[in-house]
Order: sequence, then structure tokens, then C-alpha cells
Amino acid sequence: MLIDENIVSPAKICLESPRQTSRKPKTPDTTAKLSIEKLCAWFGSHRVLRDINMAIAPRRVTAVIGPSGCGKSTFIRCLNRMHEIDPQAGMSGCVRLDNQEIYSRSVDPVLLRRRIGMVFQKPNPFPTMSIRENVLAGLKLTHRLARTEAHRIVRQALRRAALWEEVSDRLDEAGSSLSGGQQQRLCIARALAVQPEVLLMDEPCSALDPIATARIEDLIHDLKQTYTIVIVTHNMQQAARVSDRTAFFLMGELIEFGDTNQIFTSPKDTRTEDYITGKFG
Amino acid sequence: MSSFERKGKWIESLFRWLCLSAALLPLGVLLVLLTDMAIDASGRISWDFLTSHASRKPEQAGILSGMVGSFYLVILTAGIALPVGVASALYLEEYAGRGRLSNFIELNIANLAGVPSIIYGLLGLEIFVRTIGLGRSLLAGACTMALLVLPIVIMSSREALRTVPSVLREGAYALGATRLQTIRRVVLPMALPGILTGAILSVSRAIGEAAPLIVVGALAYITFLPEGLQSPFTVLPIQIFNWVSRPQEAFLANAAAGGLVLMATLLVVNGLAIILRNRLQKRRSW
Repeated sequence: MLIDENIVSPAKICLESPRQTSRKPKTPDTTAKLSIEKLCAWFGSHRVLRDINMAIAPRRVTAVIGPSGCGKSTFIRCLNRMHEIDPQAGMSGCVRLDNQEIYSRSVDPVLLRRRIGMVFQKPNPFPTMSIRENVLAGLKLTHRLARTEAHRIVRQALRRAALWEEVSDRLDEAGSSLSGGQQQRLCIARALAVQPEVLLMDEPCSALDPIATARIEDLIHDLKQTYTIVIVTHNMQQAARVSDRTAFFLMGELIEFGDTNQIFTSPKDTRTEDYITGKFG
Repeated sequence: MSSFERKGKWIESLFRWLCLSAALLPLGVLLVLLTDMAIDASGRISWDFLTSHASRKPEQAGILSGMVGSFYLVILTAGIALPVGVASALYLEEYAGRGRLSNFIELNIANLAGVPSIIYGLLGLEIFVRTIGLGRSLLAGACTMALLVLPIVIMSSREALRTVPSVLREGAYALGATRLQTIRRVVLPMALPGILTGAILSVSRAIGEAAPLIVVGALAYITFLPEGLQSPFTVLPIQIFNWVSRPQEAFLANAAAGGLVLMATLLVVNGLAIILRNRLQKRRSW
């Protein structure tokens, strides 16, 4: 991992976890946008993630791959504190955004989620809202917007999500009137309108056809100029196409994490090799 | 075609007809009832009948006080039962986990739904009329009625909230919405048609119910309109009940005419509400 094992920084805030009382915490990695340390997560008594250590580089696409049920969705839901919404859910360990512990008491998960946006597996535009209202949904929660300002934001967010050309003449139609691929781009626009720093994508293309998928992948390429992107995918070709770094998860453990090129051409772990060559999964 | 197959077809169509006649039966009974009532009421339905107070002389008696009383009562009942019911449903569906408290509340609501309406009348008499001291007033009647329809409102609202897909709630949370904002902007607008259905059902129930109000003390014979929340009152079903129990033939015609008006009101209320609900539902296909 990228974390230096030798330097010890006692000033760091961490969630109490039984494992950490015995060992001194490691120093945070200052170059990472998100750094994850000893992350464990479970539902009830079932442990879904164990001891994940990862550093996610800024303005890069990090792909998380692995077979179904390996904990990759839970992993990214831990990064914007969506995991804790489930009353059964529990976690321990540290996640830092720009070196600030997101699980510390002083961090409000609601405000955190405005910095870390999320796009879900199934497109979920709000059905009672028009296209325009969908884009503005996150902003309207917090403050009133002047009309011109609102329009500027709608246009900008839809442009960034490569949807503007297709919907500019029907912004007041229902968001659910769009095709699946358009709906997913609308959800991306909705997430971008809040101006997050990180964008988490949980299998964003799994409900889409190949053409819509290609459009989203192009979009991810453009977005990484501005945003740090973490994408969960069950599609290895997709991970190879869009990502700079790839993490391979298996049964709740991080097996291997490295440059996408290296993971797909010369994996260090035999399990990674078996998975990417299609021996299981 | 073998005989076996022919027999199968025959049973198939027999079953179909059986189901159809079962579906038509209540409709037929309702039609017979309505015609019978219309025949009895013929001659009594007039503008005067709608705008006159009760009277000892059947040909001068009207349903004005009952109608106005019913109207006020339903508005008040809905005004009390809907906010309380929707808020309880929101608590149970959106806030409470699977805890002991929510189990306890749930058990109570299920029980309340099964309590006979006369018991609600006794409860209302004891609590609202005597203990709180509202007297035999419109407000006491509305509180009692609200209690009666509360389980319907809560259960249908919960049903409506449950149909809102959780991915929409998550979508709102992921945008940095608080729980309250999620409920207000995403969950409630989606659940509104279902909640409205509950409201319709409860309002129709409140319009037609007489028993608990008799216990609470709605007057059967008043010749004035309610002036405020503390005012004595009567409602249409009580007026009808009162007329039916009179020996004179002419009052029976009055009762039939009153019944016809009550039925018409119910149909109009339900019809309006269904139209409203369908219009709302159109926007939220998902």
C-alpha cells in the first residue's frame, strides 16, 4: 500500500475499533484524495469487509472489481457514509477525505455527501420531478436559487453529463420520460450540480445497453479532469477501459490494488489472475 | 377435440361466469336498494327538503341541519385525523426501526382497527365529552370520529409510503438531503396518491357513521345550524335513523329521501377523490 508503515502520528483521530487499541495508527497519506485504513464493515453479525487499506488518487478513475457479494458496493458506500443508513450496518476503521476523518463526530454525514456524490446501479431520477427539477434537486434542498442562476446550473450540469443536447428543449418533462441511458446521465448531472469533489459510481452501466454504456464511459473520461472517481463494476473490460487504477476485492478482502495496466497484464496475486482470466466469478 | 378437453373448456367457462355473477351481485343489490329508495323518496326530494330544518310535520321537515352538521364534522374529522395519521405513518415507516416501541404501536393500531364503532362512541363520551369537558359538541364528535378513522388513515398511509422505492430515498441522501428533506421532497410527493386513497376511505366512513355520534350525544332534533366548535349538532345519518324510527308513514319517505342524498354525497366525494388521485398518479409513473 501507499501508507508509510514507519512514521507514527499519534494526533490522528480514528474511530475506536478493538483492533486499533493494540497497534499504533499509521500516518495519513497526504497525496491521496481519499485514504482508507483498516476499514471493516458488517451487516448484523455478517462481516462484509475486512481490513481494507487503500489510497485513492485525486482526479483519477479508480475501479473496484470482483465477483458478486465481494463487498465492493459496501466499500464505496462506506466512502460517503451511505453504509450507515441501514440499521443493521456497522463499520470500523478510518476513511479520510483530504486528510480529514469523515467518521469523526464533528463531520455531518449530510454535508459530507454533498462533497462526495454518488450514482447508483439503477437510474433513479425522482419521478415526481421534471428534468430541470431533478438536476436542481440537491441544490434546492439547501438554498433558494434565482431563476437565471438555476438555469445556468442546469445547463452546466447537463452539458457536463453530455445530456444537454438531447433534453434542452424539454427540460420541464418528467425525468422518468427519458430512456435508461439518458436517465443515468440525468442522475450524473444531478450529482454534479451539487459540485462534489468525488464521484462514486456503483455499477452505473449495469442496467444499460452497450451504446448508452459507451456514452457513460466517454463521460467518465471527461469527468476525471475535474473529479476523483471511484467506480464499482462487475465488467472487467469496463474497468480496463475507464480506470487508471484497479482494486480487486474477493470475499470482503482487498486482494490487489495497483495500476490498471499492471493488474490486467501482470497481476501479482494468483487469485487476481484467475479472476481476470475468467477462471471464476 | 377429446371429451376430456371439451370438459375442461366447459369448466373453464362455468368458472368464469360464476366469478362474473359474484362480481355483479353486490352491484345488483345496490341498484335494487337505490331504486327502492328512489321510489319511496319520490315527491320528497325537492329544494325545500334540502333547505329546511327538522320539523314535527313530515311534509315540512328537511335535512339542512343534518347536512351542514355532516359537512362540518367531516372537515373537522379530516383536519384532525389526517395530520395525526400521516405523521404516525411517517414515524413508523421512515423513523422507527424494528424496535419494541414500533411493535407496540403497530399492535395497537391493528387492534384499534377492529374495535366496533359504538365502543369509540363510549370512549369519546368518556374522554372528550366528560374528562376534557368539550360537552356534547361538534368538536367532541369530530375528535371521536377522528379516533375511529385514524387506523384507516395510518394503515393506508403506511402502505403508500412502503411503495416508494428505497433507491429514491438513497438518491436523495446521496445528494446531501437530510431525512426531513427526503421525506418532504421525495417520499411524500410519491406517496400522495396512496395517502389520498386513505383520506377518501376515512372521509366516506365518517360521513356514513351514526352509532358513535349518538353515544357522544349528537342531537336528533335541532332546528339551527352549528355556530362553532362548541355547538350542539346533528348529522345526516342520525337524522335518517331518527325518521326511520318514527311510526308515521310520511317520515319513512323522508328517511328514504335523506338516504338518497347521503348516497349521492358519498358517490360525489369518492368520485372527486378518485379523479384527483388519478391525476396525481399520472405524473409519477416510474
